[in-house]
Amino acid sequence: MKKIEAIIKAFKLDDVKEGLSSIGVKGLTVSEVKGFGRQRGHKEIYRGAEYQVAFVPKIKIEVVIDTKLVPEAVRVIREKALTGQIGDGKIFIMPVEEVIRIRTGEKGEDAI
Amino acid sequence: MNSGDTVFIIMSAALVMLMTPGLALFYGGMVRNKNVLATIMQSFIILGVISIEWVLWGYSMSFGPDYGGIIGGLDWMFLKGVGMEPSADYGTTVPHLAFMIFQCMFAVITPALITGAFAERMKFSAFLIFILLWATIVYNPLCHWVWGIGGWMGKMGALDFAGGTVVHISSGVSALAAAIIIGKRKGFGSTAYIPHNVPMTITGAALLWFGWFGFNAGSALAANGLAANAFVVTHVASAAAAITWILMEGVHRGKPTTLGAASGAVAGLVAITPASGFVSPMSAIIIGGLAGMICYGGIMLKSRLGYDDSLDVVGIHGVGGTWGALATGLFASKAINPDGLNGLFFGNPGQLLTQFVSVAVTMLFAFSMTYVILKGIDMVIGLRVSEEDEERGLDITMHNETGYNL
Repeated sequence: MKKIEAIIKAFKLDDVKEGLSSIGVKGLTVSEVKGFGRQRGHKEIYRGAEYQVAFVPKIKIEVVIDTKLVPEAVRVIREKALTGQIGDGKIFIMPVEEVIRIRTGEKGEDAI
Repeated sequence: MNSGDTVFIIMSAALVMLMTPGLALFYGGMVRNKNVLATIMQSFIILGVISIEWVLWGYSMSFGPDYGGIIGGLDWMFLKGVGMEPSADYGTTVPHLAFMIFQCMFAVITPALITGAFAERMKFSAFLIFILLWATIVYNPLCHWVWGIGGWMGKMGALDFAGGTVVHISSGVSALAAAIIIGKRKGFGSTAYIPHNVPMTITGAALLWFGWFGFNAGSALAANGLAANAFVVTHVASAAAAITWILMEGVHRGKPTTLGAASGAVAGLVAITPASGFVSPMSAIIIGGLAGMICYGGIMLKSRLGYDDSLDVVGIHGVGGTWGALATGLFASKAINPDGLNGLFFGNPGQLLTQFVSVAVTMLFAFSMTYVILKGIDMVIGLRVSEEDEERGLDITMHNETGYNL
């Protein structure tokens, strides 16, 4: 099992979610996050005073899937989250030791 | 007694009352979320403190029998003799109590305006002492000079229909004194003090605009044509200033902002206040339109001069109030108000000088008294919260609560 964490542009969330559902992903977790990468921040102006805002709002998707599904999931996320502009985000993949469904106690892939 | 006038003044008093909670939202949205309640509280609790001060001694000091043109006597303390019958001098067609409570709302909002200057760093205890002393030592005498029968500024012929000097210049220059004495917020220059809730600020500005109809039209003290004229000039001045402010932004910064539209609207309201009973609607468009531009320049002052007037009280109320008072000396016309005087553009250049004197004296008086009061409080109990409290925010450190629990 692997965990995929993807940082994407907020307005691409629905497309990415639809794409992942269509390849059989049964659940995911979404959070609103802030950060910076090559895109850096942006400026905001209030009453003529300019502020450099270092952190840009993004969406983080976390999904745990069967290892076999990983290449397909990465393809879908890249396809759906792509605008070609700077700031499209990143995908991180990491191993998952165990998954346990709280209600039934099922473990491993059955619990995903 | 006239029942139409009485209804109008009572309703106007209620409208002006709403301006103070409106101001609380206007200011509350502009601070960071850790200070939203403390900022709102500073305006809201003034409704409590100054209302009581007003009926105990403030009204009498302001409007009681004159002593040397300087101050009202204490004959009306605790509202003694202020009853359901009209007063002989003020609002003679409405109950004396109605006039008193209408004026009460002015006394309430004026110190509330100053709170924007020291937002996000003043101790609540020091704040309470400050507003009580400020109302007694600065507002009450000034109010008497301008509006009290026998007050020297009124006798000199200075025109101030609804409070350009009494309310806006006095709060604006007091704000400057306060910003200088209390010092800059922690992290000034390096921290981005981004408004945490601009929609809250817009809501507040809308309530201010609404309540201002009571402030200016109500100052006619009768339900008559002059009140209607004041209503119209108030509205168009605000409208013009909202437009010119965002035009300035468009030229200077590229994009018009909602905070700018709201700030401009308030600047227009401030500027038209002293003139609202003396000028025509077309003059009001000019006064308001220029107010939007002048106050946009006014808010740039603080970064030039290096003081931290957190929410731009100096730039909007000080600068806008000064422009309004001088503009009254330019645009006032006896064709609008036969009881008023003509301004420079209507053949009476001396009026501009009179207005100038009233502005200068108000500035000198309010600035120096505020300076003394705040220095005194600072020496006795200190004005500022500790650096750690400032970092954590005043909501939790002054009031044990937070504005948002998510």
